[in-house]
Amino acid sequence: MSVAPDDAIELVFREESGRAIATLIRLFGSIDVAEEAVQDAFLIAIQRWPADGLPLNPGGWITTTARNRAIDRLRRESSRDERHVQAMQLDPRDNDESASAVDDDRLRLIFTCCHPALAPEARVALTLRLLGGLRTPEIAGAFLVPEATMSKRLVRAKRKIAAARIPYRVPVDHDLPERLRPVLAVLYLIFNAGYVASEGDALVRTDLCEEAIRLARVLVVLMPDEAEALGLLALLLLIDARGPARTDADGAIVLLADQDRSLWDAEKIAEGQALVRRCLRRNHPGPFQIQAAINAVHSDTPTDWHQVLALYDQLLIFSPTPVVALNRAIALAEVDGPEVGLEAVDALVLPAYQPFHATRADLLRRLGRVDEARVAYDAAIELTDNGSERRFLEQRSGSLRAN
Amino acid sequence: MTQYLLSVHHTEGEVMPEGAAMQKIYDDVEALNEEIRKAGAWVFAGGLELPDTATVVRADGDETLLTDGPFAESKEHLGGFWVIEAADLDAALAWAGKATRACAGPVEVRPFQAEPDA
Repeated sequence: MSVAPDDAIELVFREESGRAIATLIRLFGSIDVAEEAVQDAFLIAIQRWPADGLPLNPGGWITTTARNRAIDRLRRESSRDERHVQAMQLDPRDNDESASAVDDDRLRLIFTCCHPALAPEARVALTLRLLGGLRTPEIAGAFLVPEATMSKRLVRAKRKIAAARIPYRVPVDHDLPERLRPVLAVLYLIFNAGYVASEGDALVRTDLCEEAIRLARVLVVLMPDEAEALGLLALLLLIDARGPARTDADGAIVLLADQDRSLWDAEKIAEGQALVRRCLRRNHPGPFQIQAAINAVHSDTPTDWHQVLALYDQLLIFSPTPVVALNRAIALAEVDGPEVGLEAVDALVLPAYQPFHATRADLLRRLGRVDEARVAYDAAIELTDNGSERRFLEQRSGSLRAN
Repeated sequence: MTQYLLSVHHTEGEVMPEGAAMQKIYDDVEALNEEIRKAGAWVFAGGLELPDTATVVRADGDETLLTDGPFAESKEHLGGFWVIEAADLDAALAWAGKATRACAGPVEVRPFQAEPDA
């Protein structure tokens, strides 16, 4: 057996802590007991594994060790808990460690973390902490809030789950579509938080994007019949695949049309496109699947803008928002020219939305309306706090003088 | 089983329904009460008079002080409530979904503290 270095243990923690916590919550009925016991188990692992090497089944080892630690702790604490311990040891589910029982636990945990009675920011934090194995300072860093604030948010959410009895179970079928929506939204939010992180936080960026993709994969494995879960995974893979080509050497944004396609992750694109085809065959369209399909079209050369436009028309039916209408207008400009696109953009009211001004600026530039374009670029720059985007807009605005 | 408070809140200046609209609310609430009783979830329910009918009582040493009016001067006040028994929050939220339709106003769901273990 090879000696386990610290980062191998860290990897096991990321991969396995969610599984172990989910199972322990079922056994002990308490998130706090589960978290503490899994933490203990990893502390023991850190002491032993560097010398002894990884056990054959590190995840199973962690779960078993954590369960024993929790039983020891409860036994020490009081006679009342002694009864809990005895009751629990008699529970036949206690010995149920088959893969499907463990998967069910993780699915339960996802739905508890993303329960609609919790605030959206609490859902995200709980999901990252309990399923993603992220520590509170890491989550606080990712969402740019002080650690104390994030810690309070987590404590309050866990207290509400216990006091209000938010159930630990997968919703029944007729509630499922409504309850799946916030779960998918949470994973998308986690991905976006990574995607828009400024270049100074490159590490956070990659971590959150990978975490969201990992959790989306878990969801697809657990709920293979949910087309929107497939759609979300496809969408995240296709966006993430283009990540390396998205900024140039100076950190400025590179538009899709100008990207060096050899930098795209071909494997992720192939997987994403295959998932989109799987969704199409099912023919149960939803907003994540349509967005994935749009990104699949964008991953082909050259982009078929007629198809993109048709997909945005479909997306507008599900999400009739000005932001979707703006993206549709961009596709329209590619199909029918910048003048028609600009007309569609100007019909929208999105004064505080940076891409609205950036899109107007670009269409005005293409129409040779230099002065108006410059005003629109200034409005967009004013609304940008991301360094890469700012540099891109300044480059574009600067190039107007040459006209 | 956990007990939950389903409370109905009104805002100062809110136009209260009258006539047939009010009668419909009474009827809907009564029908819901019957449904809650049949389901075995019933503990207690009632509507409250307006807050200006309230009296606050405070102990001050041996004396008991009375103050006219509600405890908190606020724009929102409690209009009525249900106390129900439910297996978990999802079950309580399902009742609240019916309650908000019956009483035509927002309903707050709040768990009672668990009784300390004997």
